[in-house]
Amino acid sequence: MAKMTMVQAINLALTQEMAKDERVVVLGEDVGVNEGVFRVTAGLHKAYGDARVVDTPLAESAILGTAVGMALAGLRPVAEMQFDGFSYLMWGQLEGHASRFRARTQGRWTCPLVVRFPYGGGVRALEHHSESREAMYAQIPGLKVVVPSGPRNARALLVAAIRDPDAVVFMEPKRSYRAFREEVPEEEEVLELGKANVEREGSDVTLVSWGATMRAARQAAQELADARGVSVELVDLLSLAPLDKETIRASVRKTGRLVVAQEEPRSYGVASEVIAAVTDDDAFWRLVAPPRRVAGSDVVTPYFGREEKYLPDAPRIARALEEVLAC
Amino acid sequence: MPRTEFASFSIPHLRILDERGGLDEALAPDLSPPELERLYRGMVWAREADQRMLRLQRQGRMGTFSPSTGQEAAACGPALALGERDWLVPAFRELGALLMRGVPLHRVLLFWGGFEEGNVYPGLDRTLPNAVIVGSQIPHAAGIGYALRLRGEKDAAVLCFFGDGATSEGDFHEGLNFAAVWKAPVVFVCQNNQWAISTPLAKQTAAASVAQKAVAYGMPGVRVDGNDPLAMYEATRAALARARAGEGPTLIEAATYRLMMHTTADDPTKYRGDEEVKAWEGRDPLVRLRLYLERRGHWDEARETALREEVKALIDAEVRRYESMKEFPIAAPFDNVYGTPHPNIAEQKEEFLRALEEDGRRG
Repeated sequence: MAKMTMVQAINLALTQEMAKDERVVVLGEDVGVNEGVFRVTAGLHKAYGDARVVDTPLAESAILGTAVGMALAGLRPVAEMQFDGFSYLMWGQLEGHASRFRARTQGRWTCPLVVRFPYGGGVRALEHHSESREAMYAQIPGLKVVVPSGPRNARALLVAAIRDPDAVVFMEPKRSYRAFREEVPEEEEVLELGKANVEREGSDVTLVSWGATMRAARQAAQELADARGVSVELVDLLSLAPLDKETIRASVRKTGRLVVAQEEPRSYGVASEVIAAVTDDDAFWRLVAPPRRVAGSDVVTPYFGREEKYLPDAPRIARALEEVLAC
Repeated sequence: MPRTEFASFSIPHLRILDERGGLDEALAPDLSPPELERLYRGMVWAREADQRMLRLQRQGRMGTFSPSTGQEAAACGPALALGERDWLVPAFRELGALLMRGVPLHRVLLFWGGFEEGNVYPGLDRTLPNAVIVGSQIPHAAGIGYALRLRGEKDAAVLCFFGDGATSEGDFHEGLNFAAVWKAPVVFVCQNNQWAISTPLAKQTAAASVAQKAVAYGMPGVRVDGNDPLAMYEATRAALARARAGEGPTLIEAATYRLMMHTTADDPTKYRGDEEVKAWEGRDPLVRLRLYLERRGHWDEARETALREEVKALIDAEVRRYESMKEFPIAAPFDNVYGTPHPNIAEQKEEFLRALEEDGRRG
């Protein structure tokens, strides 16, 4: 097994799926000759040429809109939005068409496509380059929303997303793109969409997170274990839609305590949904402390001069864990 | 240094059949009498269905819909040029094109009657459902065209309809631009019916024609008398041939007129005068083709009566079919949200059905 960054692992998934299935087409701004601004599409243009690795005109709505047409006509398009902050321009096509072709035609037409983009803060990027708005996508019926947390699961989830019969939003935490490496097997590995991963088993408190915040969550869990012998069960959601409520509920039934850590704004976010999954259920009666959210703020994503102060980090997560443990 | 001209352009205008049914022989398309009849039949069918749908809507037997009376030539002419392998990407005011394509009227009624079942056209695997978001279907057509080329389907092209309002949308610009850059086999037909609800063309664009917008994208643009079914057929036929030959997309502007309201929820007397409507009523596309057929000896009063009766009987049967089909499973919207099992949807479906049962028990 080779040690890879997340960028390399995503590239591996694209390379192998394009080799395996000639219907797979990659399109977006600068994804071809330039191999993507983050080099995620490195080597693809050389291997598969202009027709399957398409440098498009600069237009987010049409990148997704033409991908919808391609999917309807039998291709498997993988569209790239160059940055999170530009993805809103595709919103109409995503909500109005990609997500609902199956439902509006009762399964007669389907829209098997993937739209992937780097998202989130922490890389000292420009304005509109550090947005974290997962819940906006997760609320759209008919869409699946996937957020990998490391190279290995990024590769295995992207393969599943490309093969999925529906539209999948694949959000790549750009802070984790090159932050660390993991062993990624050359041979095929596929993870089922809609399944959370219990990354660390524990009995005192459930900590739920996803994406780049998983690193801070791991660190907080380890610190509490080392300092006070606290047993944290750490759940990595991986898919935000469908949300794996059963894994969350089972964990809370066991621990009785819940903390959710997210980078996106606090209100109307995925953390609220995770907590509701527990309060909607008999698992509620097992709670011995009010659940807590550690989250970004309901403010416009601050520029990089301030962003480190705003991103939920390990000390803030650790404090929230201590607070629910004190109840 | 002198100023020189970098580029210049002109926009052709096509009209073959005049308002009294007179034909420009030099431009006449090569259509056999049965094909001409098929075209006329499609237009009559659309007109009669439109009138019937208006009554159904007023009687509360159908929902809001967008009438197409007056625009039959702009929908049926292009539809006559379509081959079986071609794709049809409609907006929502091309009743005649759908009917000529083979979409059963009861499916159209189901759509406007409020059932998703109206989006399903059994046996027609290259006809998309209506796109209600204005212009949003234009990039789809470009993407389908791209896929046809990539898959090496040289015998197929895409026919995409939209209205004049759509030409102000970003998706119009983005879609035409993509299609032109890709040389995608797409024929874009703008049904310029002069009004986007209450906004007249002069407030929609400062350009003298919609067709000239093609120049900026690097594709041919042609303005066609949209009430001339032969010109609409011919322009589309030539553009489809060009598309299939790998020469890229074309923009056709059909200059036509919406004789009725934007939708049945709209009152056009608020924003436009009777005189304008009357003037356009004098350019009725059905009358024009009928006069031509009569001149050629292909048509007479008896055939007209027989056709109207046949079409009305067909519409009656389709209306009956529509009204007998309204009992669909109430929970069907839960069944096709995803192509794979989704535990949260399954949970909510169960909850929904339980709630209905409970409502039923409590009356």
